[in-house]
Amino acid sequence: MSESKIKVGLFVTCLVDIFRPSVGFAAVKLLEDAGCTVEVPEMQTCCGQPAYNTGDRKTSKEIAEKTIRAFEPYEYVVAPSGSCAGMLKKHYPTLFGEGTGVQSRAIALADKTHELVSFLTDVLEVKGVDAQFGRCVTYHDSCSGLRELKVHKQPRKLLSSVAGLELREMSDANVCCGFGGTFCVKYPDISNDMLTKKMANIEASGADVLLAGDLGCLMNMAGKLKRDGSKIEVRHVAEVLAGETLLPSIGEGED
Amino acid sequence: MDSTAHNFKKNAAGALNDAQLQRALAHVPRGFVKKRADAADALPEFERLRDQGRDIKNHVLEHLDIYLEAFEEKVVEAGGYVHWATTAEEARNLVVRLCLDREAETVTKGKSMISEEIGLNAGLEKVGIEPVETDLGEYIIQLRGETPSHLIAPAVHLNKDQIEADFRRVHTELPEERNLHEPASLVHEAREILRDKYLDADVGITGANFLIAETGTSVIVTNEGNGDLTQILPKTHIVIASIEKVVPTLEDASTFVRLLARSATGQEISNYTTFSTGPKRRGDPDGPNEYHVVLLDNGRSSMLGTEFQDMLRCIRCGACLNHCPVYQAVGGHAYGWVYSGPMGSVLTPNLIGVDEAGHLPNASTFCGRCEEVCPMRIPLPRMMRNWREREFEKHLTPFTIRRGLGVWAWFAQRPKLYQRVTALASRLLKWRAGSKGRMKNVPLADGWVKYRDLPAPQGKTFQQMWKERGNV
Ligand code: SF4
Repeated sequence: MSESKIKVGLFVTCLVDIFRPSVGFAAVKLLEDAGCTVEVPEMQTCCGQPAYNTGDRKTSKEIAEKTIRAFEPYEYVVAPSGSCAGMLKKHYPTLFGEGTGVQSRAIALADKTHELVSFLTDVLEVKGVDAQFGRCVTYHDSCSGLRELKVHKQPRKLLSSVAGLELREMSDANVCCGFGGTFCVKYPDISNDMLTKKMANIEASGADVLLAGDLGCLMNMAGKLKRDGSKIEVRHVAEVLAGETLLPSIGEGED
Repeated sequence: MDSTAHNFKKNAAGALNDAQLQRALAHVPRGFVKKRADAADALPEFERLRDQGRDIKNHVLEHLDIYLEAFEEKVVEAGGYVHWATTAEEARNLVVRLCLDREAETVTKGKSMISEEIGLNAGLEKVGIEPVETDLGEYIIQLRGETPSHLIAPAVHLNKDQIEADFRRVHTELPEERNLHEPASLVHEAREILRDKYLDADVGITGANFLIAETGTSVIVTNEGNGDLTQILPKTHIVIASIEKVVPTLEDASTFVRLLARSATGQEISNYTTFSTGPKRRGDPDGPNEYHVVLLDNGRSSMLGTEFQDMLRCIRCGACLNHCPVYQAVGGHAYGWVYSGPMGSVLTPNLIGVDEAGHLPNASTFCGRCEEVCPMRIPLPRMMRNWREREFEKHLTPFTIRRGLGVWAWFAQRPKLYQRVTALASRLLKWRAGSKGRMKNVPLADGWVKYRDLPAPQGKTFQQMWKERGNV
């Protein structure tokens, strides 16, 4: 049977790799439960957004070429991040000259790359997950996933299948949290203003858990909630969908 | 207009600490955003109209010279004059000269961003001509000696009580005990004052939302009707417009009118859409004796054929400002020059140089809301990135960022080494955080920890753990 399984290369993303491997393992579990075999190419690092968004096209290309090569053997490439999947899917092809060989390889990668949750629902046609989470959650739509990849209904659909979970929408769920990669350290005051407005909407939702599909945004929001002494837990949506919610939430310790 | 765009960070900090301004800015997302969404939802062909608008403008930009010449020909046929200005200064001098030659003492003005771009009011005042802004928002900021902070709502940065105080300060001829608490009473008072000005004015100056090549017509779109009085009552009407405002036909103009109001205010159409073709003809009941159009380039033609050409599709609806969380946070003045929000972040460096305005395209999270709502489907984030690329090439990117990026990129291209370094970083940060799971201070991360804690890593990298589980 195993030959007929879908072979997925997991693009871990640099933030998940360094800060929250449990999100990567949750992704692996979700993919395996849906009938995929998952491999993690060792030659991957980061998708290159820090360079790309700083205007360093040369470095972006070099990193993109390495990523393209690392994922060539796979039928699908899946990332637990709308932002990094968006980089591979929407931006890599624009880095290289029209009609060049490397561009066609970039396009081939783009075509088979997906954000985790939308891959589960849209490609694998997963209708529900086998998980339980008796909490009241709210979901933040991270910008790239939402606008570049149209990820909006998919996580809500799968969350509705989690036993015991109640979803309470916050207002302006689709408005940026102020992360923006290097933006949040280059313009901390503006970022903080955006973040503060987001916090108010999260709190007003009445939910006690905040979920999203991008670790950058999650760390940004968790960092602020914890600084302000909020009790709201912050998790990547994959952790909840995979039923892996025993580890401390983002920004919380073991005690 | 002098620029403080280089001071964006300082301007922004000031704006964020200005409680009055923050109160006023809170109206932006509450008002405009929902109205636009409702208007777009209510029109089944809205998305198709956007495609159409984009395509028409793209076509015009490919043949701009032809359409501009056609426009000029038709204006002249209708008895008007067309003047060409390469720079802001040239345009300002041209308009001032036209006014002086007509011995103008008072000039009424409809709303025009080009007027701001060329610093027209200062130019007129310098030669002793009184410019009177007739758009209510423009009138208010003129009283305050300010510039517009929004494309279509120039005084959106103000609260009602500030405006009331300004009216009391300036309109000293009116009884002190009058009631100005209602917005309607402010509007009424401004109308009364402006009524005489319309009649006194020797020249009326307006902008143009569109110029129609087919007929030589200039079109203005307003909600107050002030533009009509400005252009009809004085003897001379001067239109100031930038070259990309030209559209081929009347039919095309109607496409843009439908897009503009919905995107700007959520209206199906603005209260007044006025078409002016040449001066008063024999038998016309009213209208100016002279009709002039000043066409401004000011750097736009050099955007043609570059990655910034798409920006010239802009119809100045303001939707990108309304939806931009950065604009909502700091308001328009922080951007330091005429244009603000995402469209300003792309356009301003084109018009006054990226050395001066380099912050603007950087002050974005690339959240993409602007492009999502732009009726002309202008890829604003892509062009902000293009500016960052030019800055990087020109070595305008701050040294610390370049260096940090360089170190990171070196490792990111050496996966084996990268994995050893990330494993170490993960362990060290976890150790530093202790059992708390987060840090309040982290070396080299001041911008981050100024407002938020840094969540600690789990202690091992994914790659490490994956290998430990026997995967290769
Ligand atoms: S860039 Fe688009 S959204 Fe912004 S003002 Fe211009 S037309 Fe409107």
